[in-house]
Amino acid sequence: MYDASTLFVQLLNGLSYSSTLFLVASGLALIFGVSKIVNFAHGSFYMLGAYIALTVTAMLPSTVLGFWGGVLISALAVGLAGCLIEVTILRRIYRAPEVFQILVTFGLVLVFQNLIFELWGPDERLAPRVPGLKGVVTVFGERIPEYNIALIFVGPIFLGVLWWLTHRTRWGRLIRAATQDREMVASLGVNQKTLFTVVFFIGTFLAGLAGALQIPKETANLQMDINIVVEAFVIVVIGGMGSIMGAFLAAILVGFVNAFGILFFPQAVSVLIFLVMVLILIFRPNGLLGSRLIAQRPGDLSIDLPFRLPGRAMQYAMLAIVIACALLPLFAPLYMEVVMTEVFILAIFAGSLHFLLSVGGIVSFGHAAYFGLGSYAAALVATRLGLPMGLGVVAAMLAGAGGGLLFGWFCTRLKGVYLAMLTLAFAQILYTLSVQLVSFTGGDNGLIGLTRPGWLQSHISYYYLSLAAVVLATCALRRALYSPFGFAFRSGRDSLPRSMAVGINVPLMQWGGFHPLGCFCGVGRCVDGLSSRVRLPDRFFSGDHGRCPRHGPGGRSAVCQWPFDWRPGLSFSFG
Amino acid sequence: MRSIIKKAVAVLAMTVLPVGLAAAQGIRIGELSSYSANPQSTDSYRKGWQLAVKQINAAGGVLGKPLEVVSRDDTGRPDAALRAAQELIANENVALLTGTYLSHVAVAVAEFAGANKVFFLAGQPQTDALVWEKGNRYTFRLRNSQRTQVLAMAHEAAKLPAKRWATIAPNYEFGQSAVVGFRKELQRLRPDVEFVNEQWPTLGKLEAGATVQAMIATKPDAVFNATFGADLAKFVREGNMRGLFEGRPVFSLLTGDPEYLEPLGDEAPEGWVVTGYPWSQIDTPAHTAFRSAYEKAYGSPPKIGSLIGYIQMFAIRAIIEKAGSTDTEALIAAARGVTFDTPIGPATFRPQDHQSTLGFYIGKLKVENGVGKMVDWKFYNGADFQMPDDVVKTLRPEAATR
Repeated sequence: MYDASTLFVQLLNGLSYSSTLFLVASGLALIFGVSKIVNFAHGSFYMLGAYIALTVTAMLPSTVLGFWGGVLISALAVGLAGCLIEVTILRRIYRAPEVFQILVTFGLVLVFQNLIFELWGPDERLAPRVPGLKGVVTVFGERIPEYNIALIFVGPIFLGVLWWLTHRTRWGRLIRAATQDREMVASLGVNQKTLFTVVFFIGTFLAGLAGALQIPKETANLQMDINIVVEAFVIVVIGGMGSIMGAFLAAILVGFVNAFGILFFPQAVSVLIFLVMVLILIFRPNGLLGSRLIAQRPGDLSIDLPFRLPGRAMQYAMLAIVIACALLPLFAPLYMEVVMTEVFILAIFAGSLHFLLSVGGIVSFGHAAYFGLGSYAAALVATRLGLPMGLGVVAAMLAGAGGGLLFGWFCTRLKGVYLAMLTLAFAQILYTLSVQLVSFTGGDNGLIGLTRPGWLQSHISYYYLSLAAVVLATCALRRALYSPFGFAFRSGRDSLPRSMAVGINVPLMQWGGFHPLGCFCGVGRCVDGLSSRVRLPDRFFSGDHGRCPRHGPGGRSAVCQWPFDWRPGLSFSFG
Repeated sequence: MRSIIKKAVAVLAMTVLPVGLAAAQGIRIGELSSYSANPQSTDSYRKGWQLAVKQINAAGGVLGKPLEVVSRDDTGRPDAALRAAQELIANENVALLTGTYLSHVAVAVAEFAGANKVFFLAGQPQTDALVWEKGNRYTFRLRNSQRTQVLAMAHEAAKLPAKRWATIAPNYEFGQSAVVGFRKELQRLRPDVEFVNEQWPTLGKLEAGATVQAMIATKPDAVFNATFGADLAKFVREGNMRGLFEGRPVFSLLTGDPEYLEPLGDEAPEGWVVTGYPWSQIDTPAHTAFRSAYEKAYGSPPKIGSLIGYIQMFAIRAIIEKAGSTDTEALIAAARGVTFDTPIGPATFRPQDHQSTLGFYIGKLKVENGVGKMVDWKFYNGADFQMPDDVVKTLRPEAATR
């Protein structure tokens, strides 16, 4: 279909793209390998690098030295910023549970976005072409910009430098030792703090470098952090968390998949790398070159005692809260009702996430996908089949639970970040489907125009419906929590080997945990959908910007919504 | 525990109290747009409507009362927009809703307006669904629809000898409907035309080098582009260097809007046929007055968002004055067929589909003094590019026309 010259040039294009990806991903892998921090702010350092480089290269003379010197200065500046963040913030949370670390780095993403917005403004900026590399190279009659050719070499050069650093220096030996067992390294008298700070410096330096090198190719814009970070995570996960060589291979793989995907399946580009990731994780649960995740030292989530049934007083308090909620519409204004309805729906969502996350210790980024499944199922049943709402709710439960079963089966074979990324991939795939099957799902505009049954027309009846839903869902989840299943589920979180030793089939239990999760999410969204009467694709969490660049804090009142509802482009909202 | 209860009471009190304090003095307008999600486009839009509100109130307001705009950030998300809309109605007692930027957000707010019987004037979003299949009798739309621009472009494109077309558009509603609309109309006019390559990058994530190469490989005669923003800059630079645009005419949506043209600097692709806003060259008295007032207020030239935001508030003034009150039914009756002056000429809200007849510009790009500008541009009156009434009738829900 395409001649050889096109294929070869596309190969070079893929390599050039993978260089940038590798620089970002290797920094991420390095930081994760040593500090075990899942640094979602890594893309922000990339963006910072691009903006600083714009300013610096504009100040320096427009010469070969001016450009490359400017790039280097920018990367160093970003590295220093990284040090500052490490010393002031991240250092304090190394021992915190994974989820809290993720939340902190999410917060950093917002801080950086607003900071850069304040400093550089909202306009997109494109740097001039690179001095000395303004021209094109002709390869088999096809033209490639010289700069893109130069980039091809940057990736391997830094792979070499990193390899030398980690394998041929004393410092590198310490790094590798810390990757395997940081407590042991500490007890041998190595100053861990400095070690971590230097690692963070190198990691953010690489991200800043990648950003700075990007400015001759694309505009610096306020969405580039989110655009790169998900891709970088995909690469790190495909390569194996913490493995730099793995990150390199994965970057090349993703570069090729992208370049040839554009050639052969342009319609599917957005989902292709997620499909690749799913395939690789199914066959290699620790990524291409990843070693088995070394069990974290106890202390993460397992410090608390087994759940105890709440006492009398607590039960009365809960009953009192429910009664208070039931009486609220008698005296509260209309808007309060609307807000509380929202609170109830989020409570269902939070409850089911809590079950998975705190009880099961399973970090899921794809949680919103069950919301989405439930909502579409109910909407499709109502609009396409014309069935009553009650059946829609059943369909939502079934769809959510079905999704939980299906994805759970794949996901529970994995652990930690791998599992999280796999849930993310499923959510992304569903999201892409929902946007692309326009005739079935209504595309970006969603399914609109659901009619509520007559008895649900008023806010009041709707308020009580959601109250009933949250009470039922919470009771059901609570029952599950104190059931033998709940305890077995939790034991898998606390100690995998011990649970296995007493005969608990942990993957099976975890798989089971996905079921109520999906089910209740489905219901929650179904109820919510009735309130807005709209089904929209962005209910699926996805790692890209669905339809338009978006970011920034969401102005959500009253409730902390989990950041895992960060849909297209981390537009998560909390606070 | 006690402190938690105290805090809970405080939060409840804060949520409930403001309701009573929102005693309206002037005419309250609820406005929402994707301020945090799309600062590039909404910043100038906000400046535009703020200028208009200042001018309207300086001239005595509307019905003798000042306009008060309560502005909310929809964060680019339909669910957040619905919540904001709900809050504006229930808590801020606004008379009507206006604004929005992203198409799918606008469609969601329109649905909300229909369900809650609130007047809604959509400003910037261009999706056709808003006035047709998802239109309702409470929703009006100010900016020209995307289809009008695409139709006008296809008519120009049909005059070229080019037979093999390649397209590139972001993979979401805007891009999808632009490409489909262009393809259908061009093939209707020219059955011999074929579309040899369609590229669908994820918005903001265009891998330009590989994409441009793939397009060159299919040897198209001409290119249709609907990317904008960061994707456009990448596409233009790689396309220029790799020679995609040499000897190939390019038809491009939005590229002439200052928001997207300015970042390209002297690399703005010469000869592209684009839709846009040649702000520096429209020298009618009305537009000159708008431009100088805007530049005086903000020290920067207006962008397309500024113009739409500005017109939006004057359209609202015209509607309320004609209605004589802020009653929703009166507003709808008044808006149907109301004519209002804009910096780019008078416009009307069509009674049959609630679409305004605001015009638009198509021209060619040229680089002068290191910046791109539109030349040989032509003003297209929106009234000339609307669907025939009988077609509109089949597209719009029956209830929307009552």
